[in-house]
Amino acid sequence: MKIGILLKQGPYNHQASDTAYKFAEAAIRKGHTVDAVFLYNDGVINATKLMDPPQDDRHIAERWSELNRDHGVEILACIAASKRRGINEDIMITGSAITGLGTLTDIAIRNDRTVTFGD
Amino acid sequence: MDVKKILHVMRHAPHGTVYTYEGLEMILIMAAYEQDLTVVFIGDGVYALKKEQDTSDIGIKGYAKTFAALGDYDVEKLYVDRISLEERGLTLDDLVVGAEVLESAELGRLMKEQDVVIHH
Amino acid sequence: MLHTINKSPFESNILETCIRFLQPGDPLLFIENGVYAVQAHNRFAMLIESVHRTNPIFALQPDLSARGIMAILEGVETVDYEGFVDLVEKHKVNNWL
Repeated sequence: MKIGILLKQGPYNHQASDTAYKFAEAAIRKGHTVDAVFLYNDGVINATKLMDPPQDDRHIAERWSELNRDHGVEILACIAASKRRGINEDIMITGSAITGLGTLTDIAIRNDRTVTFGD
Repeated sequence: MDVKKILHVMRHAPHGTVYTYEGLEMILIMAAYEQDLTVVFIGDGVYALKKEQDTSDIGIKGYAKTFAALGDYDVEKLYVDRISLEERGLTLDDLVVGAEVLESAELGRLMKEQDVVIHH
Repeated sequence: MLHTINKSPFESNILETCIRFLQPGDPLLFIENGVYAVQAHNRFAMLIESVHRTNPIFALQPDLSARGIMAILEGVETVDYEGFVDLVEKHKVNNWL
């Protein structure tokens, strides 16, 4: 199965980022393809490299970056939602990119499932 | 091209959070992709369609008129949950668009037909 | 169609709203704070039991464990993240937020 993920909440504030990540990991472990994680609403904050959590906490942006590096999952932030929140390519973590809502539409079209996480 | 049935479920009141506005932006973009789009208003989502919204004093751009104009973007399937409308003391006359009112069972069947469901 | 619920029923009415639209046989999965709905002896027990007569009910075990929920309502099945993936593979999804 090919899966697209829509993530609508910021990191740390809500469990959505963690559940989305755990879900993606499990899907990959089971041999499914996670095509992309599309970040929307405050979800766009998930991929900024400026986040600097304490050492004993998970680094949410790095986790997404690793998912891209190790499994080719596209990590894509909506441009309109990003601009509104002061996010641009310069502060995005390696393996993530900014794109338009048209890309989300393509993701919804080309995947067997689009799973949403948020608040 | 593969045409998917995509349902947007508006669930939040406008202005208090950005979900409805950014949901509307998503709907407008998706409308250009010639998919089978439907928008339903459930719970506080019905407030997004309330007539006579004037946001000038809260400093946030209003967008009820854009919902009213969705037909111009070929988004024709707009449905409102009857119970949500009634429990808020509203009728179709209170809303900016001529959406169709559906019963829970009809909306439930409509949801089940969809390929993709996105809550806002 | 798989419906997921991620809010405590004590905080949000999405459980009750979702149930109005649930079609017979469609599975309901509780995740995140949604799992409080299936804790034994809470005031939603009757509601969950009545839904269970027509629909399978699941709760995400890692979320139950994280919240110290040991006793859950009878008939509720627990799944891990892989079980969540299996449900998504079997059904189209409607993630209530």
